[in-house]
Amino acid sequence: MKLGFTAKEERFRAEAAGWLQGQLSGPFRDLRGLLMQGGHAQRRRDWERALGAAGWSCIGWPEAYGGRGATLAEQVIFAEEYARAGAPGRLGYMGVELLGPTLLAFGTEAQRRRFLPPIARGEELWCQGYSEPNAGSDLASVRTRAVLEERAAGPEWVVNGQKTWTSFAQFADWAFVLCRTEEGSRGHRGLSYLLISMHQPGVTVRPIRQMTGGADFNDTFLVDARTAAENVVGATGDGWKVAMGTLSFERGVSTLAQQMSFANELRTIVSMAEANGLIHDPQIRQRLAHAHIGLRLMRYSALRMLSSAEAGKLSNEAYTYKIFWASWRKKLGVLALDVLGPQGEIAAGASYEWELLPRLFLGSRADTIYGGTSQIQRNIIAERALGLPRESRSS
Amino acid sequence: MQFTHSEEQQLIRASARSLLAARANAAQRRATLGLRAGYDPQLWRTFAELGWMGLAIPQAYGGAGLGWVELCLLQEEQGRLLVASPFFATSALAAPLIGCCAHEAQRQSLLPRIAAGELRIACALAGADGRPPLDGVGVSLESEGQGFTLSGVSDFVIHGDSADLFLVLARAPQSHGAAGLSVAALPAGTAGVTVHPHVMLDLTRPMSRVEFQGATVNRQQLLGEPGDAGRGIEQALDLARIALASEALGGAEYVLEMTTGYVKERMQFGRPIGSFQAVKHRLADMMIEVEAAKSAAWYAATVAQERPEELAEAAAIAKSYCCDAFFDCAANAIQLHGGVGFTWEHEAHLYFKRARATATLLGTPAWQRERLVRHFAAGSSPTPIF
Repeated sequence: MKLGFTAKEERFRAEAAGWLQGQLSGPFRDLRGLLMQGGHAQRRRDWERALGAAGWSCIGWPEAYGGRGATLAEQVIFAEEYARAGAPGRLGYMGVELLGPTLLAFGTEAQRRRFLPPIARGEELWCQGYSEPNAGSDLASVRTRAVLEERAAGPEWVVNGQKTWTSFAQFADWAFVLCRTEEGSRGHRGLSYLLISMHQPGVTVRPIRQMTGGADFNDTFLVDARTAAENVVGATGDGWKVAMGTLSFERGVSTLAQQMSFANELRTIVSMAEANGLIHDPQIRQRLAHAHIGLRLMRYSALRMLSSAEAGKLSNEAYTYKIFWASWRKKLGVLALDVLGPQGEIAAGASYEWELLPRLFLGSRADTIYGGTSQIQRNIIAERALGLPRESRSS
Repeated sequence: MQFTHSEEQQLIRASARSLLAARANAAQRRATLGLRAGYDPQLWRTFAELGWMGLAIPQAYGGAGLGWVELCLLQEEQGRLLVASPFFATSALAAPLIGCCAHEAQRQSLLPRIAAGELRIACALAGADGRPPLDGVGVSLESEGQGFTLSGVSDFVIHGDSADLFLVLARAPQSHGAAGLSVAALPAGTAGVTVHPHVMLDLTRPMSRVEFQGATVNRQQLLGEPGDAGRGIEQALDLARIALASEALGGAEYVLEMTTGYVKERMQFGRPIGSFQAVKHRLADMMIEVEAAKSAAWYAATVAQERPEELAEAAAIAKSYCCDAFFDCAANAIQLHGGVGFTWEHEAHLYFKRARATATLLGTPAWQRERLVRHFAAGSSPTPIF
């Protein structure tokens, strides 16, 4: 057990903080404090490129692919300083945090050389094509089909199907897509993990309006979309294993940055309660304390998760992390509205647009659904971590 | 930054687990519940021989010189089996009180005897209303001639009927809050001290009411300067809260394992009941709490060694979260064992009762949370409910 950082790590912190604060009080002042939601797409693209140009985009990756080969401690430090500087939610998230680690784990050397440096430079943005209208919790029932076709320039995958809930699809240059490549296969078998350019006639993106009023995610239609034969990650037919690997990277260092935005939400609620006097209400006080505890435990659990990941072990806290934060944030959303009181139900302007706290109240309803619903999470915890017998499933 | 236990620490856990499995298992616990002291004195001697009693006491005072992380590992392991022993009261509560409040000469005289297993200490801290120390102090300390007298009642005194020495928290007349507090050390059998053992809800941690009727103490028996113990007590209590949280974590983890084992074996409708989602999801919820409790307790134990400025916050978080988690898990264990879980014979009720009693001790979870709010919403205080 050791919580502190070395002198060398603290020097790294000073360097990172210096750069971040310089940018966010200078050329990127307008992005300071912007979370993931809404707008400023072009400025966010500029920010990705600025991070890339200064070598701060993918610090944990090997230098050969545009990273810095940063240690775990340095990545933790950077995540902390990133949040402290009020740096914005990252448009490059899917490439930086999900596809990149997947290619490092499962990709060929040629794939890494082709795809990683443009992500690290902030030039190519990615989105994830997993869910389909009939493949949600039962992800293995994806129907999007890909077949190899001989062409003059070499063989190509031809892809047909519909993906849904694709966040970032409206900005993305590429998608990593789970497809069925073996005719007549079912379940986990016969799936492959393809990399598909979003800039082609066969790809259409249509925004889906959410209950928040905004449209952060999309339907993505693939009609004879094409990609080169070599753009399959892992072996053909091995896509399930690769896709599950990608999901496990959602529990990486980026969780620390996510916690910082949660902390900002909690701080806003506390300030509101201090301003309107509800801070003196014993029930509100207890709920604020619960929220504070949950947030701290997320941080401690993330540090554990990262420490044991470094030691190469699969840890129980990694299984429970997602449902813990998602349940926590949903409660925080209700607390937010209780602290706002009736005024919290009135929109600020003439359209259905909301300030931070009502947006938290509405948006957090998705937290226990995406990335594996809480019901699926509980099945996974019970079956994989506790070893309970599997449900009977029709095959 | 490395937030995992070292190999040496894991070794301490492993050796504790095997010793306790052999010497403090469920059958042996049943036997000790009938003993007058409520614990196995042989086992306590073994703890001392192994260096456990002085594990976190510096080597200069005859201890092993390890830290709170290691002590809390022993607490977790004892919590798993509800080991009734003087370890918590003496090594995790009294020793830090001495460490935080006493003069050097007093440390020299008391700590080596704890480490050697020569001294079992009972701490008389709470008043009769059981409110956590500093909110409720039931004993007053008045000057009389060269010395002092103690009068009043202290309750919920762990091992009050089998201790060799009492540490008594006492308040000067007309003092409030952290001011005017002293800790007096009295050998058992001092005139004017009577001990009334209770039958407690928790069968595994004996407690007594201790009455003081003009018991006299001299200046040397007060730890540190008279009236000056407030600050040291807060610090010592937070260390003890972290140790209790660790014990609760051990209990929670154990009932999760016990219940997981049971639902895999228990057949109904031709299937193990653990294959039903209604059962699975409860167990998953238990595991979510146990994992978060580990983070809370381990972080707090580490803070006790590395970051004194975070001690109060980490202790409040660990005490409230781990105790709530233990209670939820123990309650679920009874439910998921069905009828057999409600019997006296089955051990589930012992965990349920220990969980409740641990939550009460040294400040309930709600009390800890109130402390936390004062910490992060500075200057705020609750409107009285009544």
